[in-house]
Amino acid sequence: MELFIVAAKIVVVLGVLLTGAALTTWAERKISAFIQNRVGPNRIGWAGIFQIVADMVKLVMKEDIVPKSANRFVHDLAPMISLTVAMSTFAVIPFGNTIEIAGQNIKLMVADVNVGVLYILAMTGMGVYGVTLAGWSSNNKYSLLGGLRSSAQLISYELSMGMSLIGVIMIAGSVRLDQIVLQQTEYVGGWLPAWNIFLQPVGFVTFLVSAFAETNRLPFDLPEAEPELVGGYHTEYSGMKFGMFMLSEYINMITASAVVTTLFLGGWHLPFAETWGLSPFTLALLQVGTFAAKVICMIFFFIMIRWTIPRFRYDQLMKLGWKWMLPLAIANVLVTGLVLLLTTN
Amino acid sequence: MGSNGQIIRKKDLNFWDRLYIPEILKGLVLTFRQMFKPEITVQFPEERFTPPAQFRGRPVLVEENGVERCVACGLCSRVCPALAIEVQASETELAKERFPIKFEINMVRCIFCGFCEEVCPEEAIIMSNEYLLVFNNQQEAVFGKDKLLKSAAEMHDRLEFLRQHR
Ligand code: SF4
Ligand code: SF4
Repeated sequence: MELFIVAAKIVVVLGVLLTGAALTTWAERKISAFIQNRVGPNRIGWAGIFQIVADMVKLVMKEDIVPKSANRFVHDLAPMISLTVAMSTFAVIPFGNTIEIAGQNIKLMVADVNVGVLYILAMTGMGVYGVTLAGWSSNNKYSLLGGLRSSAQLISYELSMGMSLIGVIMIAGSVRLDQIVLQQTEYVGGWLPAWNIFLQPVGFVTFLVSAFAETNRLPFDLPEAEPELVGGYHTEYSGMKFGMFMLSEYINMITASAVVTTLFLGGWHLPFAETWGLSPFTLALLQVGTFAAKVICMIFFFIMIRWTIPRFRYDQLMKLGWKWMLPLAIANVLVTGLVLLLTTN
Repeated sequence: MGSNGQIIRKKDLNFWDRLYIPEILKGLVLTFRQMFKPEITVQFPEERFTPPAQFRGRPVLVEENGVERCVACGLCSRVCPALAIEVQASETELAKERFPIKFEINMVRCIFCGFCEEVCPEEAIIMSNEYLLVFNNQQEAVFGKDKLLKSAAEMHDRLEFLRQHR
């Protein structure tokens, strides 16, 4: 029974994640089109919603070209690493409280890991292997530069990302993600939900910026900066291997949105819903819906940022990471510690 | 960067500018507002775009009273940067004395620059508003007089535009 529940959770979460990634590509194309007063895809399905299906068919049919001097094994491996890592990060995200189905109390997360935050940091750190190896194995100078940039970017932003999370961990007193969310279901002064965005605004901003850098999204998409690096790390990829990179980018975006939601926006918490006297089952469903809504808002924010802000220059990126984000995150840790010390005594 | 490696700023940024965040929010508001403006896209195969008179479509020869205005001076052929025009002159009883017995423009070579129109002393070759050019082979792309001739009445808008702006 246990095994069946876990399998069911994996199937559902993966299904939702992949569908979500497909829909996100569509949403991105549509939103960017609207921002630029265009129409966007509108031929396949309602408002072009099945465009991604056509694109996938096209990518699968395409010839898989591997450069002659490339390292074939690593070249094949890199997109797989990217995709696997992107998909496995979502496993620890609690997308709802416990739900009761057929007498079973089911926790709404795939893997109840007791070091959830660390797992997320480790997994996002792994993601860079895909990019760097793709850049290295292609044996192309542009790809290599893209890969190197990616690793430099990761080192710079992993630090501030970890630092900005320490404040959250200190408040929750745990690295379990479900604990962190549960802590956020309380209220400050009886009316303000104790979401970490209100308790840790500086941590939120630093984490958000780092999340953008980690997902290689604009304004930090230097590893694939088209105007200077052709296509960056995926210059030499074609067909479905390229598709895997694309897919992992969008899955990463969803996962990053989910992580931000979990850590800072109160996860599945819908303020005051527990006082409405709903049945536990309805409440649980409502909370899953709340979580989805928050994630969708974050994805929308990611897309809006991409089509608003131009790309950073490489030195600006490094300067921002080391001279602003890191000190800010460390200061945040110190202030949080001080406040906690004073309030608990 | 200046010559001594210093960064020259046109305008000093104040604290809030350097914080980026207010500026980013301003940009976000702008893009968000933009989303609700009407689209300017033309759904091409179903809807067709009718170009205004200043549009440079494929070149055509102007026909007046049943004969082309061209006097076969060869200037257009000479100026054409893509070497797309071929003119062969011959004599005629009409007042203009000369006419092109053969006038061909290779539409695959033409780059729609409009130099021929500019140089023509008779306003005989002008740019039309046709932009749909599809060929199955190279021979089809060579337009002879039969395809090039257009009556002056048909080209009225362009001729009027040239009169006003040239
Ligand atoms: S438009 Fe330019 S390229 Fe075309 S025929 Fe005239 S001069 Fe030649
Ligand atoms: S079209 Fe004009 S420029 Fe060309 S040969 Fe005729 S008169 Fe001369």
